[in-house]
Amino acid sequence: MKGRGLHVYAVLYLVFLYAPIILLPVFAFNDGTIIAFPLQGFTFDWFRALATTPALHEATLNSLFIAVTTAVLATCLGLFAARAATRYSFPGKAPIVGFIMLPLVLPEIIVAISLLVIMLQLGLSLSLWTIIAGHTLICVPFSIAILQGSFANMDRSLEEAAVDLGETPLSTFRLVTLPLVMPGIIASLLICFTISLDEFIIAFFLSGNEPTLPVYLWGQLRFPARLPVIMALGTILVLLSVVLLITAEFFRRRGLRRAGLPDSGGFL
Amino acid sequence: MKDMTSPPAIITLEDVHKYYGDYHALRGITAEIKQGEFFSLLGPSGCGKTTLLRAIAGFEDISGGRILLDGTDMEGVGANRRPTNMVFQSYAIFPHLSVGENVGFGLRKAGMGKAEKTRLVGEALEMVGLGGYGARAAHALSGGQRQRVALARALILKPKVLLLDEPLSALDKKMREQMQSELRRLQRQVGITFILVTHDQEEALIMSDRIAVMFEGEIAQLAPPQDLYRRPASKRVGQFIGMMNFLPATVLSEAGGEVQVEVPGLGRAGLARAQCPGPAAPGAAEIGLRPESLTVLFDGQGAERVAPGTVEEVTYYGDMTYYDIRLDGAPNAVSVSMRNMPGRPVLERGHTANLAWDARAMVLFG
Repeated sequence: MKGRGLHVYAVLYLVFLYAPIILLPVFAFNDGTIIAFPLQGFTFDWFRALATTPALHEATLNSLFIAVTTAVLATCLGLFAARAATRYSFPGKAPIVGFIMLPLVLPEIIVAISLLVIMLQLGLSLSLWTIIAGHTLICVPFSIAILQGSFANMDRSLEEAAVDLGETPLSTFRLVTLPLVMPGIIASLLICFTISLDEFIIAFFLSGNEPTLPVYLWGQLRFPARLPVIMALGTILVLLSVVLLITAEFFRRRGLRRAGLPDSGGFL
Repeated sequence: MKDMTSPPAIITLEDVHKYYGDYHALRGITAEIKQGEFFSLLGPSGCGKTTLLRAIAGFEDISGGRILLDGTDMEGVGANRRPTNMVFQSYAIFPHLSVGENVGFGLRKAGMGKAEKTRLVGEALEMVGLGGYGARAAHALSGGQRQRVALARALILKPKVLLLDEPLSALDKKMREQMQSELRRLQRQVGITFILVTHDQEEALIMSDRIAVMFEGEIAQLAPPQDLYRRPASKRVGQFIGMMNFLPATVLSEAGGEVQVEVPGLGRAGLARAQCPGPAAPGAAEIGLRPESLTVLFDGQGAERVAPGTVEEVTYYGDMTYYDIRLDGAPNAVSVSMRNMPGRPVLERGHTANLAWDARAMVLFG
């Protein structure tokens, strides 16, 4: 009977976790401006409204630009750090890696406020680039966590074998290292992209007059009549996130399979 | 005087040292490895054999001394520019490439046409018994097949020296035995110098022309397998290679190239100077004797030298029986191996036995 109790607990837990998200599509197609049951009828109006709001399009483009740039920057930095952390030993390695990983557990509000203070002190005007800097900071730990796995799974003598067969360190990286950690790189790009896309606090503090999508959404909440439109947008974002995460996991697993390694965790 | 029939040295190691911080991993290695020989570096883990192999390959910088490869000092020459190729312990087969791409990897910079490359890859795969495997995915291969691909990949570049880092340790017993003879055959066929690192003394004895036994960063003995087994240079080498009995003895005198020793339980023996790797000064010493150099005498058999004793332990292996026999007047039991034959009984514990022995099989350790 103990087993059944835990089973009920697990189901309740999942309902608590995901029920609110299921409400998004429900009200996104509901023909009524008030977010309440009973449902009024089926409509595509809110999705049509999305298509005809220029400010929303601008925010979306801002977010996409930030997310892509952040993903590339964080993955490059993560690649260097992960390789150094798994391949070399150097003085102060543990504290250095520890400090790089710290933003993972640091409250975002603290990161956001301190970044804002520094940017203003330095006299930098707030722009998309200040948000990119903030997002890169919080994405690098995720990138390292993923890529460290890729490097750790890779037999070190593979690189030595390539050098032994006449390749330079650079061509070895291109011909052997890069293809083998590529699944990790793709997974890192996708996850950093997703994190940056829906990040709110840092974007809110560091955006000037160019809002990102989450910041724009927050602004719209002041207008109750716009709520169903936000539900429609939320529905699209949830779908997009799920697709991205599944793609990232697919590449991670394919990488393991190719290297003939057992699966030892991951994000999904 | 130089021996004119002996092949020239392909690798010369001159007082090679390697430090890792304070740790002295190689302590003055001096040796010559000859053109076309199968050379083994044998020793327990941590003896520096892999470090030495990696130093020859160019993966480790040495802290002192010189490594000459075909007469050229390898100082400052990177692993990618040395005429050596390596078979790694893990085989290091590139998992993202096909078998053929793996084997042809080193030909990328050779500047030859595609057809020529394909032909060479095909030949190399044929040589290791994997003809027709070129298009297969590398990660789908078995352990033995990976080993063969690694060999083909290294040999396709026709290196002056092939380095093998414990290449058989990941294989099961049967596969290992098969690969031992195959490696030996391959080495004779291509005529390239092979340097094998192994901790398995049997493997080294089976495969090598010469073996360097290493302990704590030093070569304890460098000799052909038979010499190594028959005349170990120290007690430690004798213990490491096969089984050896060590009996306390007393050196009585040394005269006319013969060393007289008294061995409790066996009696008096005259040893040639060649049987004494160390100094043979009168006084306490030890005699080394292989289990197969002692013979249990059965009814009616006689021998020149006989020592009586009592069977303390019997271990039956099917083809062989090992006895622990305490000789009358000796402090410890000796191990004796006897081949089992039709009509030859297996003695039981407590049985008395007469042992025949031969002074020529003894080695004296000072």
